[in-house]
Amino acid sequence: MLSAPDAILAAILLPLVGGAGVVLFGERHRNLREAVTLVTGAVLFVIVASLTADIINGARPSLIAYEMMAGLEIKFTVEPLGQIFALVASGLWIVNSIYSIGYMRGNAEKNQTRFYLCFTIAIASSIGIAYAGNMLTLFVFYEALTLSTYPLVTHSGKPEARSGGRVYLGILMATSIGLLFLGLLWTLNIAGTLDFTPGGILAGKAEGPIVGVLLFLYMFGIGKAALMPVHRWLPAAMVAPTPVSALLHAVAVVKAGVFSVVKVLVYIFGLDFLNDATADNWLIYIAGYTIIAASIIALRQDNLKRRLAYSTISQLSYVILAAAILAPISMIGAAMHIAAHAFGKITLFFAAGSIYTAAHKTEVSQLNGIGRRMPWTMTAFAIGALSMIGLPPTAGFVSKWYILSGALETQQMFAVGVIILSTLLNAAYFLPIVYVAFFKAETKVDGHAHVDHGEAPLGVVIALSLTALGTVALFFFPDIPLGLAQSMMAPEIMGAR
Amino acid sequence: MTDASNPLLILLVILPLMAAPVCVLMRNAVAAWSLSLVVAWAVLGISIKLLMELNTTPTMYYRIGGWDAPWGIEYVLDPVGGFVILIVAVIGALSMTYAKASIEKEIPSERIYLFYAMMMLCLSGLLGIAITGDAFNLFVFLEISSLSSYVLISLGRDRRALSSAFKYLVMGTIGATFYIIGVGMMYMMTGTLNMADLSTILPTIADTRTIMAALAFLTVGISLKLALFPLHMWLPGAYAFAPSVVTVFLAATATKVSLYVLLRIFYTVFGNVDVFATFPIQPLLMTMALAAMFVASLAAIWQHNIKRMLAYSSVAQIGYMVLGVAIASEAGLTGGILHLFNHALMKGALFMAVGAMVFATGAVTLKDLEGMGRRMPLVMAAFVVGGLSLIGVPLTVGFVSKWVLVSAALDAGMWPLAALILASSLLAIVYVWRVVEVAYLRPVPEGAPAPAQVPLSMLLPMWALALMTLWFGINATLSTDLATQAARNLMGGL
Repeated sequence: MLSAPDAILAAILLPLVGGAGVVLFGERHRNLREAVTLVTGAVLFVIVASLTADIINGARPSLIAYEMMAGLEIKFTVEPLGQIFALVASGLWIVNSIYSIGYMRGNAEKNQTRFYLCFTIAIASSIGIAYAGNMLTLFVFYEALTLSTYPLVTHSGKPEARSGGRVYLGILMATSIGLLFLGLLWTLNIAGTLDFTPGGILAGKAEGPIVGVLLFLYMFGIGKAALMPVHRWLPAAMVAPTPVSALLHAVAVVKAGVFSVVKVLVYIFGLDFLNDATADNWLIYIAGYTIIAASIIALRQDNLKRRLAYSTISQLSYVILAAAILAPISMIGAAMHIAAHAFGKITLFFAAGSIYTAAHKTEVSQLNGIGRRMPWTMTAFAIGALSMIGLPPTAGFVSKWYILSGALETQQMFAVGVIILSTLLNAAYFLPIVYVAFFKAETKVDGHAHVDHGEAPLGVVIALSLTALGTVALFFFPDIPLGLAQSMMAPEIMGAR
Repeated sequence: MTDASNPLLILLVILPLMAAPVCVLMRNAVAAWSLSLVVAWAVLGISIKLLMELNTTPTMYYRIGGWDAPWGIEYVLDPVGGFVILIVAVIGALSMTYAKASIEKEIPSERIYLFYAMMMLCLSGLLGIAITGDAFNLFVFLEISSLSSYVLISLGRDRRALSSAFKYLVMGTIGATFYIIGVGMMYMMTGTLNMADLSTILPTIADTRTIMAALAFLTVGISLKLALFPLHMWLPGAYAFAPSVVTVFLAATATKVSLYVLLRIFYTVFGNVDVFATFPIQPLLMTMALAAMFVASLAAIWQHNIKRMLAYSSVAQIGYMVLGVAIASEAGLTGGILHLFNHALMKGALFMAVGAMVFATGAVTLKDLEGMGRRMPLVMAAFVVGGLSLIGVPLTVGFVSKWVLVSAALDAGMWPLAALILASSLLAIVYVWRVVEVAYLRPVPEGAPAPAQVPLSMLLPMWALALMTLWFGINATLSTDLATQAARNLMGGL
């Protein structure tokens, strides 16, 4: 068994080694190439998972990779929140790879080697973000994730992919270099360190309006969290092939965003410090606004992937809202929601891709009666939708429960109102899809090539069934993410008692 | 502080200076290239050796003809000079390696030996500037390097190279004249030309109008050579139409050496006068630097010629270096000097990549680059590395530069400046990504001929610079240490 620091290093390097393998086999040995991806994913998940038990028990293994400049280290520390993110990203990568193989071959996509290579780099970057021990390390991998996903977003090379890629890269780079980088250097200037420390590093060092400015720089600088108005990149990224939208723009990239937000709030600012400084009130309102506004926009999207994208924007702000409530219990909800939303949303995207592969349909209005042709896909879709709404027996219920408890405990009635309203809106834009898919008669489109279709390729169906199962399983067995989340908040909970 | 006489100093200048006439006498392209190559690498070897000796002896000198300063001419090497000759020597050696194949394609064969003679003169002049301790001798070297670079630029294939060279000649001569007027005024007031000597005399007369005027002439004159906005008008044309390798060499060294001259004047000649407190130089430099960062970056966005685009980007990057100086703190100065080094690496790699594309396909405009990511993957990848560094993406040298500069601005309490530095980087995203998008996301034009094979003698120097761009971005300890040492040494004069 690997020692903890070795495991950290292995988790970050392994996907890159896998990437080299992918290039080595290339297009000529497609099966071997895909086998490399799957084996790498499986080994990575085992390595990441092997750290879990110790983390729940309070261990915080750390590793200083090297010194970049005097006093500035590339450093990794595993803490519970990062562990949740790493588990989700590496676990879903395996499922997504099964799905990718079915999807990419089913749609005869070009440049598949580049596609799998960029995926491995993106996963390595995600693990790097998850395990970052200081803000510099997080920033380095954050930018690496942006750049490695750009070729995936523009995969098709068509004009709409070009313009989508432009928005994607433009917003993510502009916010991170223009705002986040400044916030980070300013933090270093004030606090003298960038290490993630329980209780924060700014307490006693920053005061007054500076706290508010810094918070602004971080919250909008982390563009991947898609807080309005820096959310436009996410719908733009939907030009990518569906596996990219599923794993990266429902899980890895967006979760990297909200993960960074929570991480900054907990380990850079510190909850007590923010509570005392009362600098974050606006954050609750912006997050609340984003939740409602994105839901309303989602309601009006006919393109299925775009509707899912706006739903993601709304769900991401749940995490930010939960964190901004600043109660330990809502923080647990935020951590839970990172996992819960990941499973639910990847299922929904898998379903959207499945429909596209089998039926070549992309619009909500084309889905009448499709549930009878694709029962597995649409059942999984229904489970994902329930999780988005937050109904039992799905994972979304658990996280929403904690968030709502936190909001009630701290008397944040605005947050409570937002959660209730958005639940209704979620129901309004997901349930009709499920209804028409199962209960409406199919509309015949003349001359459509794919009228007599069945289910999507097997890999696709297996993948979406697995994630749908995971969404339900997280409701019945939330122990691991919950244990991790509670372990994260242990100092605060102890302090309160 | 221990001083030591070191004859290697004079060798550094003499070697290329002597090689130039020999090149002319040989009248043979291959022989001239071989000699230049040997000399350029020998110069690199000497400068590395000198840099290592600087660890134990912080100041070295060599007195020409054995005449003691301030009567004789003295060569002095300290950490700043050492850092600058390292940059010049590295770029010199790599671009001389790169030159052979590139030049054979761009210059008529009967003139090639003259090209190498001019390159040797230019190298000699730039090195001389960095090690002389005499204000007038510096002018001589400035002219040697400038005159040879006018010739080098005029060798470009495009006829517009001639008018660009002429424009540079006029502007450069005005700059040099301003410099010599400034030196003359100081000589009139102090009776000496030796920098160390000047620095001891100047404090007593610093507030006279003559010295103030001298400093003004010096600053403006050097700013012209430095291409500090708005005195940069000569630069885009010169870089765009010069032969590829000349652009590489000049972009990575000439403006850097000019910045060094500015530092020498501020911190050595006026070392015992607090220049920034006595003269209203800070707001002036800062305004010009900021204007350069924004105006030149915006101009770069609108260029169709890639070399011209990179040239405007150079003007913007010079803005960052001058900004570091204008912050007027040790940290700021470190940032400026560090960016001198870092920018030489990335811009060298970028211009070499463009040179390779010109070599293989003749491509110089944005449109020619369509599908280049597939046609010349290795070259385009090096371009992307350099481009990312211009933006300031982590794990490239550009990130380190920006890190140090922004930290310096914050340390000095100038937070709007910090925000502006990063805001101007956003413009770099636009002009770099314009190229990346065309090269990778546009299809290869129909009927485009296969690009000619780029020889290893061009690919290796290009990738050496690209890899250094990454290496000093991933592990910046060495470069930041050298820059800090140089800045501390300069500030120590205060």
